[in-house]
Amino acid sequence: MFKAVKTQLSYVKRALSNICIVGAGPAGFYAAQHLAKKVQETQIDIIEKLPVPFGLVRYGVAPDHPEVKNVINTFTKTAQLPNVNFYGNIELGKDVSLQELRQFYNIVLLTYGADKNRSLNIPGEHLTNVIPARQIVGWYNGLPENKNLKINLDVETAAIIGQGNVAVDVARILLTPIEELQKTDITHFSLERISQSKLKKVYLIGRRGPLQAAYTIKELREMLKLKDCVTVWRTKDFDNIGNDIIEKLPRPKKRIAELMLKSVKEQENLEQAKVFSPVFFRSPVNILGENCVNQLELAVNVLKGEDISSQASSMTEEKELIDCELVISSIGYKSHSVDLSLPFDDKKGIIQNTKGKVDVGLYTSGWLGTGPVGVILTTMSNAFGVAENIIEDIPKDNLFNTEKPGFSGLNAILKEKNIQIVDWTGWEKIDKYEIAQGEKTGKPREKVVDIKVMLEIAFS
Amino acid sequence: MVNALFRILSRIHTKYRTIRKPNLPQERVFHNTAALNHGEYEWQDPKSEDEVVNIVFITKDGDRVPLKGKIGDNLLYLAHRYEIAMEGACEASLACTTCHVYVHNNFYDKLPEPKEEEDDLLDMAPFLKENSRLGCQIILTKDLDGLEVELPKATRNFYVDGHVPKPH
Repeated sequence: MFKAVKTQLSYVKRALSNICIVGAGPAGFYAAQHLAKKVQETQIDIIEKLPVPFGLVRYGVAPDHPEVKNVINTFTKTAQLPNVNFYGNIELGKDVSLQELRQFYNIVLLTYGADKNRSLNIPGEHLTNVIPARQIVGWYNGLPENKNLKINLDVETAAIIGQGNVAVDVARILLTPIEELQKTDITHFSLERISQSKLKKVYLIGRRGPLQAAYTIKELREMLKLKDCVTVWRTKDFDNIGNDIIEKLPRPKKRIAELMLKSVKEQENLEQAKVFSPVFFRSPVNILGENCVNQLELAVNVLKGEDISSQASSMTEEKELIDCELVISSIGYKSHSVDLSLPFDDKKGIIQNTKGKVDVGLYTSGWLGTGPVGVILTTMSNAFGVAENIIEDIPKDNLFNTEKPGFSGLNAILKEKNIQIVDWTGWEKIDKYEIAQGEKTGKPREKVVDIKVMLEIAFS
Repeated sequence: MVNALFRILSRIHTKYRTIRKPNLPQERVFHNTAALNHGEYEWQDPKSEDEVVNIVFITKDGDRVPLKGKIGDNLLYLAHRYEIAMEGACEASLACTTCHVYVHNNFYDKLPEPKEEEDDLLDMAPFLKENSRLGCQIILTKDLDGLEVELPKATRNFYVDGHVPKPH
């Protein structure tokens, strides 16, 4: 019956206006949800580079945080709305140009996120076993481009540079007992590698002090409770954090500061346990080694400024060397431009926009427009807000006055290029297959990591 | 004519989805406890006046929406039933802040203390106040009759002007 509804609608749809959303992650789905609810007689097509939807919910959220992925249920309902379609395996800038897309659709909304990582720009970054956190996240989450990641875990010490929640995620996954990880949808190959890991100690290195650390309390608490792992702080890092300072902090900072101080006070070094060791006031300046990294040189920082939240770090002449055979950089994501005509801010790694608007009929939302910060609420509110601005612009900018072909136009050029389009039914097949594969080993899902295999299943 | 057809089809579709909802495979996978029945309970009307808990939602636009909940209703799913704009991205599993509300008057003290996990999440919520709670953690009791909850008035510009709040 569902199919019948869709077929009839595609007939009705011809006279409708068309919106194309590029990127099937949280920003794209939340924008689609809002537009589908508020704009009548409009077809909304979400196109996606990969054959599968959900972006960072599938490929960014850590495998041991399944509850965060519940949002997939809401996205699924949006994708199943009669005026919303998902078309996977279409890459903007390669399979179709931005100009073409704007010819086919009344409105184009770019939500393809931030898929590049910022580099450290220090000597030694090219050495073996110096790896961006983003690639490790992609590797354990099954992102096709990271399936063959070269990572050597036959080492004792790793240093993660950066103290955001991505850095903590990577530390936690590398330190979690294997019997916990094997209950998750972590990829089988990373699980196998981690099960043979010799890793004993993971540093988490930040430029500034404990009060400026970017990780949030939920993620820190998980580390403190991690089985067979102890958190070891450098007591000296907390020297200047007295009760007088803590009392004046806003509630979130106060609670996390109290949790850290409690942990500092109670810390003990258990011999058999693995060690998670946050290190503050240090900036990486040099990665040392012949072919493979074996040491990391850090500059000692001091903080400048009065206001705790905006204090900046400043390097001193003093240096520290730590031994480590794996260096993971986790200092943020950035976006890339898919078209030369886009006003791209290389420094911030975002598309320049005014309240989401890039040009008449062209918009951006999510990390591509705001930069890669914030939680799901932030992205959701931004997507709803940009969608609301689009709705206000429709009459103002006469966005629906021209009749455009929509998907039939796009489909014609993709056919010419022999590009296989994975629709929602195709994704449902992949989804079922992954769940069935996972069941065999007691996992909620075993992700397909090969695009060719994804396509085979989708078109089976 | 086209309009009418569209509306009818949408209605059929909505109905279809409602029937289908409990069988979504994802929901099975992430089912945590028996209490998280994804809002099915909230769709049942109160059986008697004794069960009724009167509450008022104050929306982002400042509109007051009075409605009749019942004992045992989860505030998040009750909001969904009456189309109050409260998201609940993680489906009441304490993994997001999209159902952040302010609890008015003296009702904050009538609620059971927030769990540590809820407080940890509230720390990430923009516009945190003394009377902040997560809607999905509020279960209606007769004691809460007269409850007023307000959705944070985050302006659109706050999220789309490039002013992104840090997660703390």
